[in-house]
Amino acid sequence: MTAASRPSGYVPLLMRLDRGGMVLLSVLAAAAIAVPALNLLMPPDSPFHVPTYLVSLWGKYLCFALLAVSVDLVWGYCGILSLGHGAFFALGGYAMGMHLMRQIGDRGVYGDPILPDFMVFLDWDQLPWYWHGFDSFAFAALMVLLVPGTLAFVFGWLAFRSRVTGVYFSIISQAMTYALLLAFFRNDMGFGGNNGLTDFKDILGFDLQADGTRAALFVASAIALAGGYLICRLMVTSKFGRVLMAIRDGESRTRFLGYRVEMYKLLVWTVSAMMAGVAGALYVPQVGIINPGEFSPANSIEIIVWVAVGGRGTLYGAALGGVLVNYGKTYFTGAAPEIWLFLLGGLFIAVTLLLPKGIVGTLSQWWQGRRGFGLRKRARPAVPASEGGAAE
Amino acid sequence: MNVGLPEAIAAEQGIVLYVDGVTVSFDGFKALNNLSYTVRTGEMYAVIGPNGAGKTTMMDVVTGKTRPDSGQVYFKQVHDLTRLDEAAIANLGIGRKFQKPTVFENHTVMENLELALKSKRGPFASLFFRLTPERADRIDEVLTTIGLTGQRQAMAGTLSHGQKQWLEIGMLLIQEPELLFLDEPVAGMTDAETEQTSELLRQIAGKHSVVVVEHDMAFVRALDVKVTVLHEGSVLAEGSLDHVQNDEKVIEVYLGR
Ligand SMILES: Nc1ncnc2c1ncn2[C@@H]1O[C@H](COP(=O)(O)OP(=O)(O)OP(=O)(O)O)[C@@H](O)[C@H]1O
Ligand SMILES: [Mg+2]
Repeated sequence: MTAASRPSGYVPLLMRLDRGGMVLLSVLAAAAIAVPALNLLMPPDSPFHVPTYLVSLWGKYLCFALLAVSVDLVWGYCGILSLGHGAFFALGGYAMGMHLMRQIGDRGVYGDPILPDFMVFLDWDQLPWYWHGFDSFAFAALMVLLVPGTLAFVFGWLAFRSRVTGVYFSIISQAMTYALLLAFFRNDMGFGGNNGLTDFKDILGFDLQADGTRAALFVASAIALAGGYLICRLMVTSKFGRVLMAIRDGESRTRFLGYRVEMYKLLVWTVSAMMAGVAGALYVPQVGIINPGEFSPANSIEIIVWVAVGGRGTLYGAALGGVLVNYGKTYFTGAAPEIWLFLLGGLFIAVTLLLPKGIVGTLSQWWQGRRGFGLRKRARPAVPASEGGAAE
Repeated sequence: MNVGLPEAIAAEQGIVLYVDGVTVSFDGFKALNNLSYTVRTGEMYAVIGPNGAGKTTMMDVVTGKTRPDSGQVYFKQVHDLTRLDEAAIANLGIGRKFQKPTVFENHTVMENLELALKSKRGPFASLFFRLTPERADRIDEVLTTIGLTGQRQAMAGTLSHGQKQWLEIGMLLIQEPELLFLDEPVAGMTDAETEQTSELLRQIAGKHSVVVVEHDMAFVRALDVKVTVLHEGSVLAEGSLDHVQNDEKVIEVYLGR
């Protein structure tokens, strides 16, 4: 037995990356340096200048990519098809939005030093209890993790313990985001109702309209995506990840091996929700608004399309899908807004039928086909074609 | 913690599994009907019976998949299995091989064994799990026992039917259970594979208590252990294979046809 053929106990982080993951991290590192440099250092008339609106647009794509990675963690590796991840994204966004609202201070239209404009408009005379603390960035940042994390924990505890799985789980996750959509639309909930939270001025004392702030938010999004990716990668390459995949392929079989399936699902589901929350929190200052529309069921379904298009069960494929589909969305909603939804639907059907493994799955299959050897060991399918490899 | 278990049984040593008066019905149909039997420590039993006799259902009850409508199921005299879930029962030391081979097809042979390897089962323990040299040795040992050393890195889905059955038996062994249930371990195997499997099971016997469900009479004869005949959810006859094969009732419902 040679050392090389036997996995050792400790696997360094770098060795846990696959080729796609290395490409993803390299591209993110390059973008985090080049984009701010080309935006801030190049004169506006230079052909190399990256305009600020593009910096924020791509920063937004990176947030979506992080959201897609969080969905891939639960769907691609554990088979939990969430149709409600938009809710965790939106909650993270609202937590950040509440902080940005409190930062406005007396610079609002009504000039109230404490109350956000919409509360003055509603004739409220004091801040609701759940708005307290959000003047502190640290508190808000904690809430970005805790609010989606707690909701996911409670929801997951109830669902996984009663063994709600498959399409039933998907439906109740959709119901969860729909219920939040309705709740956040109500003015008396205290989150700005229909209009949501907007008119933000600054973050950590930096003007949100300033180029430097925008570039910093872009870099923060790139770091968050890289960090989120690495956390997921560490999880899925550990034995924990192999248990997740076992649950995906044969939940009941996994129980008979002595694993408490609900505990695994609960942990990965909660971590995923917190990642989605971070994505939402970085998204809000870059787009300048958060409103209840983010809770709409269609948003959550779109995330599934991103992951399916990119390639489920690869993490980096999900990130790619998140960026590509949203790039397409920006392009087509500009060029031909009325056809976007048809395109999105068509894209989903086309990918499901023609590229069941998504873009990266198809590419890597083609690559391995060309090399034609070493197949047996490498050819672990990201997600088995037929689920239930170990179902009884 | 001797809740409800009859004194006489509790006092009697060497009983690893005690099943008494278990009834399971599905929509009024009694898959198990007042079934009682005991398994002694370190002994191997064969269970035979026609299709639908309740053999798999009996395993389902012991391993926590199905809750009995009535009756008692005790493991090692103190653990009431009717109150525990699948994971808890597995962790007490009861392993199971399914009727259809159920290995994880998208994991390698090695990873399948690693999943089954006796170790802490919690999510955090798995996050920080390390394949220490002792653990790797244990996996090598079992790979040798089940004859799959050459397939260590192969996807379990690429194995032949017989190899999958062996891998599943290997997964059972590496869990180090005290009590093993094997549901039709040689179904669909070639004669040569069947022969190797009975050899394998003979190695296992003695170290563990084993219950083997099987239709293949030649295989049951080769095992040479006490036979229990199930019929319509209860025990029809018990004893050596020769004894039950000459039993009038058994000939009528099962062997005679
Ligand atoms: N979940 C269930 N729902 C309804 N009926 C069931 C269920 N499980 C088992 N049965 C019925 O209970 C009876 C006993 O089934 P079981 O699988 O235990 O038989 P078996 O002895 O293992 O048969 P075989 O030799 O075919 O494997 C059968 O008639 C079966 O149809
Ligand atoms: Mg059966």
